[in-house]
Amino acid sequence: MREFDFKHLRDAYGEVLLEMGEKYPDIVVLDADLSGSTRTARFGARFPERFFNMGVSEQDMMSTAAGLALAGKRPVVSTFSIFATGRAWEQIRQSIAYAKANVKIVATHGGVTVGEDGATHQMLEDFALMRVLPNMRVFCPADYYETKAVVRRVIESEGPAYVRLSRAKFPVIFNEDHQFEIGKAQVLRKGKDLTAIGVGITVYSLLLAAEELQKEGISVEVINSPSIKPLDGETIEASARKTGRVFTAEEHSVIGGLGSAVAEYLAQHYPVKMRIHGIKDIFGRSGQAMELLAYFRLDPRGVKEEILDFLERG
Amino acid sequence: MVSDKEILRLRKIALKLRKHIVRMTGLAKSGHPGGSLSAADIVAVLFFHKMRLDPKNPRWAGRDIFILSKGHATPVLYAALAEAGFFPVEELRDFRKLSSHLQGHPDRLMTPGVEMSTGSLGQGLSVANGVALAFKLDRSPRRVYVLIGDGEMQEGQIWEAAMTASHYALDNLTAIVDYNGLQIDGPVNEIKRVEPVADKWRAFGWEVREIDGHNIRQIIQALDWAEGVKGKPAVIIAKTIKGKGVSFMEGKVKFHGVPPSHQEMEEALKELEKREKELENEGI
Repeated sequence: MREFDFKHLRDAYGEVLLEMGEKYPDIVVLDADLSGSTRTARFGARFPERFFNMGVSEQDMMSTAAGLALAGKRPVVSTFSIFATGRAWEQIRQSIAYAKANVKIVATHGGVTVGEDGATHQMLEDFALMRVLPNMRVFCPADYYETKAVVRRVIESEGPAYVRLSRAKFPVIFNEDHQFEIGKAQVLRKGKDLTAIGVGITVYSLLLAAEELQKEGISVEVINSPSIKPLDGETIEASARKTGRVFTAEEHSVIGGLGSAVAEYLAQHYPVKMRIHGIKDIFGRSGQAMELLAYFRLDPRGVKEEILDFLERG
Repeated sequence: MVSDKEILRLRKIALKLRKHIVRMTGLAKSGHPGGSLSAADIVAVLFFHKMRLDPKNPRWAGRDIFILSKGHATPVLYAALAEAGFFPVEELRDFRKLSSHLQGHPDRLMTPGVEMSTGSLGQGLSVANGVALAFKLDRSPRRVYVLIGDGEMQEGQIWEAAMTASHYALDNLTAIVDYNGLQIDGPVNEIKRVEPVADKWRAFGWEVREIDGHNIRQIIQALDWAEGVKGKPAVIIAKTIKGKGVSFMEGKVKFHGVPPSHQEMEEALKELEKREKELENEGI
């Protein structure tokens, strides 16, 4: 197996935030007592006047951010994804999405790779909770470099948005030149037997699984879909038309996430057999990040076996 | 010192707003008349005396900001906006209708002059803090006013926001509590006690003034006082009467979320018109 560098997505976020802060004086950053973890502390140190630590008050933080946006600022809000999208969901719905306030929510600690803190902190429902809101866009980058591209692009775009990042270091699969467009997926590997669509760390898992499956004569097309909403239905449909089979993998509940978004699209445009792979309507548990990824069969070996099972059972 | 003439002018405007409130909720056969009537004097002073606004240019960059945190009191807000000229008064009669921009709760994207979409209680004070923080960053002299309900103080977010405002020393923000004492299920201090209200706000780092929320002069003086408070946010606790101005609606829980019937509407309008005539005579 290939060797990968592992880097923090949140480090990329902290770095881009500084860069954007220099470029755009209207950017203000809010955090709820997790600025060290989310890496917004670096922005706070550089631009203390434009950084607001709201304490452990996520609901207040979301509505305050909406107020800053109404008055012409460009707020970027961070906390863990469970508290952002769970605790403060209704504030996001009313004050940000319904009011169309120009607030960017960049939340860390999504998925089971939160690790040892366990189920209470492993957010597995955030894509669903954010995707269902009108005016809200949902993104999740796959590695350090894609995080930079996504955060830059999202901060420069107008309107509410949610970006999910992780706690754990993720394998580096892209480089500094990596491009991201809102509403665009990327075919990372061409194939003809099956389309495998990933988001976040499962993109890495699918790329490695595809290499292994190739050795067994199975040709997998791997698509990275960091833009969950708006979804790149065209790219996905084109691939489905070619392979006739779609597999999705995500560090999220099988209900309401990327797999659901793909299924909703394909069911109405070009129905094919699908398998939605993710966390199967259960909560997470404590353990080491990569151990948990394997436990939930989202590591390269896990997704490979799932794909084989899908091909076998049809 | 505010002249008697100005006070009389504002009392007349408040009466006009009350007539609109009764008519709007009566015609819509829905809406929240009680908490709109209780806030009519406060809103009249804000929109027709205190705030810097330009109804012909609703997004004027120098305007003060009003946020109706108790978002169900749309009738009083829409009445004030229409009377101020943000949109034609005739549009009020379509309140809550499918064809109208006048939503049951305020929608900043649909109605000129509405600064923030509210209606889910507890969020407006946080939003007002955000606006006030932005004004501070911009070294702007603009002010933010936010109207909170008394039942709304049962929302935890109000107290998160109360902490935020004092922590960030938001002295460009004035909060007003419409303390009419009644919420939809009954008396506020029976449903879940909010007292001691003034002590709570003081404990959270606010300057507090308690007034009669139907006394125009006291409202004006309190708003001026709040503007003079430095280094802290200020809250005006305005003791009011739910349904104020219509005798059979006053102090009645029922009229929190129930509109007057057609007959009640006619009666209420008659009473308010009579009061208007009395005011005319006071002016002579």
